[in-house]
Amino acid sequence: MSKFLNLVAGTALASTLIAAPALAEKYGLGRPALEEEVAAWDLDVAPDGTGLPEGSGNAYDGEEIFADYCGVCHGDFAEGVDNWPKLAGGADTLDHDDPLKTVGSYWPYLSTTFDYVRRSMPFGSAQTLSNDEVYAIVAYILFSNDLIDDEFELSKETFFDVEMPNAEGFILDDRTTSEAHFWTDTPCMEGCKDKVEITMRAAVLDVTPDEE
Amino acid sequence: MTMSFKGKPSRRAFLKGAVAAGGTLASASVAKAEADPLITEVQDWASYTGDGVDATPYGLPIEYEADVVRRNVEWLTADTISSINFTPIHALDGTITPQGCAFERHHSGAIELRKEDYRLMINGLVDTPLIFTYEDLERFPRENHVYFCECAANTGMEWAGAQLNGAQFTHGMIHNMEYSGVSLRTLLEEAGLDVAGDLKDKWVYVEGADASSNGRSIPMEKALDDVLVAFKANGEALRMEHGYPVRLVVPGWEGNMWVKWLRRIEVTDQAIESREETSKYTDTLEDGTSRKWTWVMDAKSVVTSPSPQSPIKHGKGPLVVTGLAWSGRGSITGVDVSLDGGMTWQEARLAAPGTDKALTRFYLDINWNGEEMFLQSRARDSSGYVQPTKAQLRDVRGLNSIYHNNCIQTWWVKSNGEAENVEVS
Ligand code: HEC
Repeated sequence: MSKFLNLVAGTALASTLIAAPALAEKYGLGRPALEEEVAAWDLDVAPDGTGLPEGSGNAYDGEEIFADYCGVCHGDFAEGVDNWPKLAGGADTLDHDDPLKTVGSYWPYLSTTFDYVRRSMPFGSAQTLSNDEVYAIVAYILFSNDLIDDEFELSKETFFDVEMPNAEGFILDDRTTSEAHFWTDTPCMEGCKDKVEITMRAAVLDVTPDEE
Repeated sequence: MTMSFKGKPSRRAFLKGAVAAGGTLASASVAKAEADPLITEVQDWASYTGDGVDATPYGLPIEYEADVVRRNVEWLTADTISSINFTPIHALDGTITPQGCAFERHHSGAIELRKEDYRLMINGLVDTPLIFTYEDLERFPRENHVYFCECAANTGMEWAGAQLNGAQFTHGMIHNMEYSGVSLRTLLEEAGLDVAGDLKDKWVYVEGADASSNGRSIPMEKALDDVLVAFKANGEALRMEHGYPVRLVVPGWEGNMWVKWLRRIEVTDQAIESREETSKYTDTLEDGTSRKWTWVMDAKSVVTSPSPQSPIKHGKGPLVVTGLAWSGRGSITGVDVSLDGGMTWQEARLAAPGTDKALTRFYLDINWNGEEMFLQSRARDSSGYVQPTKAQLRDVRGLNSIYHNNCIQTWWVKSNGEAENVEVS
C-alpha cells in the first residue's frame, strides 16, 4: 500500500502533510449527518464486500429482469447493441488488438458490478432496482460470461465463490520505473534523426467531423 | 461559417483569397495600391450608434466568433448523454479557458442542481459525519488556484495512428481555469480524522449527485495536499456542465476524478474500485495486463496554431507558432519546437513562467519561407520529464492503453498553409 504513496504527484511530499491534523482549527460549520441520511447515500460496495446489502438472486430470474430493463441497450445476452457497452464476451482478448473488455473478460472485482448496476443503471432510471433485482441481474451478467450456472444463488454469503478471470490482471502505476527513461536531462536538440517520412495521415482515414 | 477541414485541400475558401493571389493583397509595400475603402469611406459603425448597456446583461462572444465552439465526435459514443466534447483550443490564446467553450464529459448528462438543494455529506472514518449546505461552504476560508483539467482519454484516439484532423479533436479534452473554493483538507478536518487513525493507508471516496453517481477513490495523501472543493471558476459560478454548484478539483490528476455536482466524501480504509477505476481509466499494456491508479497526467504539449483547423492564411513571412504545454507533476520548465519532424529542435518562448499543474502558453516567432513543415512541440517539466514520441510510448505501452497518450504531435504544414495530422517516422 505504501508503494504508490511515494508516487503521488511524482514528488516526495513532506511527511507533515499526512501527519494527523490533531490541532486543526474547527469552524463549527455544518451539522451532524443522521444515520438514515448516510444510509440513503452511502451505497458504495468495496472489493472486500463492505457495503453489500441483504438479498439474493440468480441468473434464471435475472434473465427476464435484464431483458426488461437492460437488453434494449446491452442486448438480451449482454452482448451489446450497436455502440452501447458489451457486458459479456471477450475472454482471452486482452493481449489482442482492440481487446474486448467486459465484466467477464476485464473487471477484477465482482463488487464493482454490483455497485455500478445498483447505483448507476439502468441508464436513465438509475437507483430504481431492488437489491434482489440487482443480485439477479449481476448473476445473469456472470451467467452470460459463463462464470456461473443459472441456479447459482448470488448473495452476500456466496459473493466470493465467484472467480473473476482477470482478478490478477492489474499492476499499480509503474510509470516512474518502466518509463524512467522519459526523465532525461538532455533532450536531443540537433541531428536527432536522419530523415522524416510520413507514415500515416488523418486525411486519408477521414473520420473528422465537419465543422459547422 | 462552413469550413471543411476534412483534408480536401483544394476547396478551402481561403485559397481563393490572399494566398492564391500570391500574398500581395496583404503587402503594404506594393506600389500604387488602391486605397482601402474601409479607411477612405465612412463605415456604418463609425456613423451610427451601437447597442446600449442594457442590450446584453450577460454577454456571449460576437457572432463573428460563432465557430469558436465545443464540438463532439459523433461516432465516439452511443449517445450524447454519456459523451464528451472538445475545447476549441486551436482558436484560443493565453491560458485561461472560457467556461462557455471548455470541454464537457458527462456520464448521465449535465444536471440542474440549485444551490438551495445542494448538500455535501462527509462520512465514513470521521469523528463526526457532517452535512454542509452551499452556504456553509462559503463560510470556510477560501483559496484561489489556476489548474488544468485533462481527461485521461485526451488524444486517446491517436494511439493506433493519426485519426482526427484538428487540435480541438486530438487535444481538446482539456481546460484551464482559476478556481475559488475550500481546500478538501479543511472540510476533512472539520469532520475530524482522529478515528481514521494512521492516515497513510486511508482513502477518500468522492461521489457526484448526478444519475451516473460517478465516484473515485483518492489516496488520503493527495486529499490532504492540494485538492479543492470549488464553487467558482474564472471568477463566476461554475457552469452547469462543469458541476454547478460544487465540483472537486484534483490538480494534475485525470479529469474523471474531478467529480462534478460533488455530494459525498467518504473516508475509507480501501479503494472502492468503482467502475471508473477498474473497467475504465485503467491502461491495458501489450501483454494484456493493465495499469491501475495511473492518476497523474504526464507532461504534454501541442501546437495549437498553425494546425489543421487553423491554417496559415497569410503566405510566407512572419509567422507565430503557438501552443500549450502542461504537466501533472509540476510546472512546465521549457518547450522545444521542431519544424522538421523532430530532426532539430529550438526552444520556444514561454509567455509566462510555468506554474504548478496549469497550462503554459508558448510561442515561436519565425520567418516562414513557405516550405512545408512537420511541426512538433515537446514539453519539459519541473520533475525532469521530457514529453516522449509516439514510438517511445508505444514501445512501453503498446497500442491498447486508450488513456494517457501524451505523445509528441505532428502537424504537416504544407506550402499552401494548410495543416494535417500525420504520423512521421
Ligand atoms: C438506455 C440504454 C441503457 C440501458 C437501458 C442500460 N444501460 Fe447500462 N450502460 C449504458 C451506457 C450508455 C453505459 C456507459 C455509461 C458511461 O460510460 O458513463 C452503460 C454501462 C453499463 C455497464 C458498465 C459497462 C462497462 O464496461 O464499463 C454495466 C455493467 C451496465 N451498463 C449494466 C446495465 C444493466 C444491468 C442495466 C439494466 C438494469 C443497464 N445497464 C441498462 C446504457 C444503458
